Amino acid sequence: MRYLVYSLLFMIAFAGSGPSPAQAAQEVTVAAASDLNFVFKEITALFEKKTGIHVKLSLGSSGNFFSQIQNGAPYDLYFSADSRYPQKLVESGHAVASSLYTYAVGRIVLWVPAQSPIQIEQRGLDVLLDPAVKKIAIANPKHAPYGRAAVAAMEQARVYDRVKDKLVLGENVSQAAQFVESGAADIGIIALSLAMAPPMKMTGRYWDIPSEAHPPLVQGAALLTGASHPVEAQSFLSFLQSAEGQAIMTRYGFVVPDKR
Amino acid sequence: MNWIAIGVTVKLAALTSMLLLVIGLGIAYWLSFSRWRWKFLVESIVALPLVLPPTVLGFYILVAIGPHSPVGRFYADLVGHALPFTFEGLLFASILYSLPFAVQPFAAAFDQVDRRLIEASWTLGVSKFKTFFKLILPLSITGVITGVVLSFAHTLGEFGVVLMVGGNIEGATRTVSIDIYDEVQALNYAGAAKTAFFLLVVSYLVLLGVYAMNRKVWAVWPQR
Repeated sequence: MRYLVYSLLFMIAFAGSGPSPAQAAQEVTVAAASDLNFVFKEITALFEKKTGIHVKLSLGSSGNFFSQIQNGAPYDLYFSADSRYPQKLVESGHAVASSLYTYAVGRIVLWVPAQSPIQIEQRGLDVLLDPAVKKIAIANPKHAPYGRAAVAAMEQARVYDRVKDKLVLGENVSQAAQFVESGAADIGIIALSLAMAPPMKMTGRYWDIPSEAHPPLVQGAALLTGASHPVEAQSFLSFLQSAEGQAIMTRYGFVVPDKR
Repeated sequence: MNWIAIGVTVKLAALTSMLLLVIGLGIAYWLSFSRWRWKFLVESIVALPLVLPPTVLGFYILVAIGPHSPVGRFYADLVGHALPFTFEGLLFASILYSLPFAVQPFAAAFDQVDRRLIEASWTLGVSKFKTFFKLILPLSITGVITGVVLSFAHTLGEFGVVLMVGGNIEGATRTVSIDIYDEVQALNYAGAAKTAFFLLVVSYLVLLGVYAMNRKVWAVWPQR
């Protein structure tokens, strides 16, 4: 029994003293809105291959990252799905004012699984009133800009009040997409960038919600004042703005604004 | 399978159970031997993490160690960076979250030790400190190991608290359970399934160890 105790203690001590992984190399920590789930994985993989700088990518809802950054989260770069959160971070001194820029304009779509009988192509947002639609997945409008855009579009189409009991809220737009991709929800209002990502393109169909139906999803990014890797962060921003980076963004359905 | 996340999780769980061994033994000793009439107040506080939703615990921890609290500011001044969304912050949260999983088995084991033996030891002039290590600890060793192993296993599966105070940073706060959540959202069900299965197997093995150790009958195959 004594040996058991000693070996257990030894194991614990040994596990605790190991070097923490990925500390030495060049790296940059990126907090990105989850509409960037697939496109940023492609971009960071290419960036890593080209520069050797390791990207630590965290995906989530813009609002959650916003409050985490205000509570001292140690990210270098913040890519929001709107422009208000980064602007507020500049005002509170958490982001560098001169670094603030619009990296993309997002779009939302109606998405259903490929074999779904729901006729999104003909009926647009009115299809949400269809009795076959029992659950509609959107991102939580409280802290996800894509959720807010979905609500605005439904309000403009005058269906929101009649369908709001059917809404299921994902913690972020990626989770909303997963809800409908897995069949748990019948239809989803998700980011075009997710609908155009390979795993969702193969399994479903989508209908573009007109961009006038909601306030534009102007997506802002900023370098954070607490950044511990400002140089690497800058080279990531440059790569994103390069022709190569922009091409990938466009391929995922983002409208990329002209350079500053 | 995400080995970085597994490394972070194992390191977190190991450090948590090791620190809880030190902290928990002290608290459990006091709980078992104190005759204070208000002891039940402390017992209830120790058990709180068992019933509190992880979001509630996570929220309070976030506020308590954040840059707006005196504790958070003191830490930030001392170390140079804030405590939330770092590995140390997560470790602090895990210790609170798994506290009852260590303290309760420890205290239950201490309660089982025959008080006459302890008093005999004291009357023979052996110090309380020495009595603890020479008598109480050896007699309650299975309970102590159970507590260490359970707090280790409980930390492995921690999710809500990590989501609240972790921030999902690779190599620092992205644990296995958060990685599974990420993989599901990225529609990588195969990846999620692999990691989930890994966690299932490890959890089962850990519990297997605990129950095997606590068996009353040691012979698995009885001799004829």
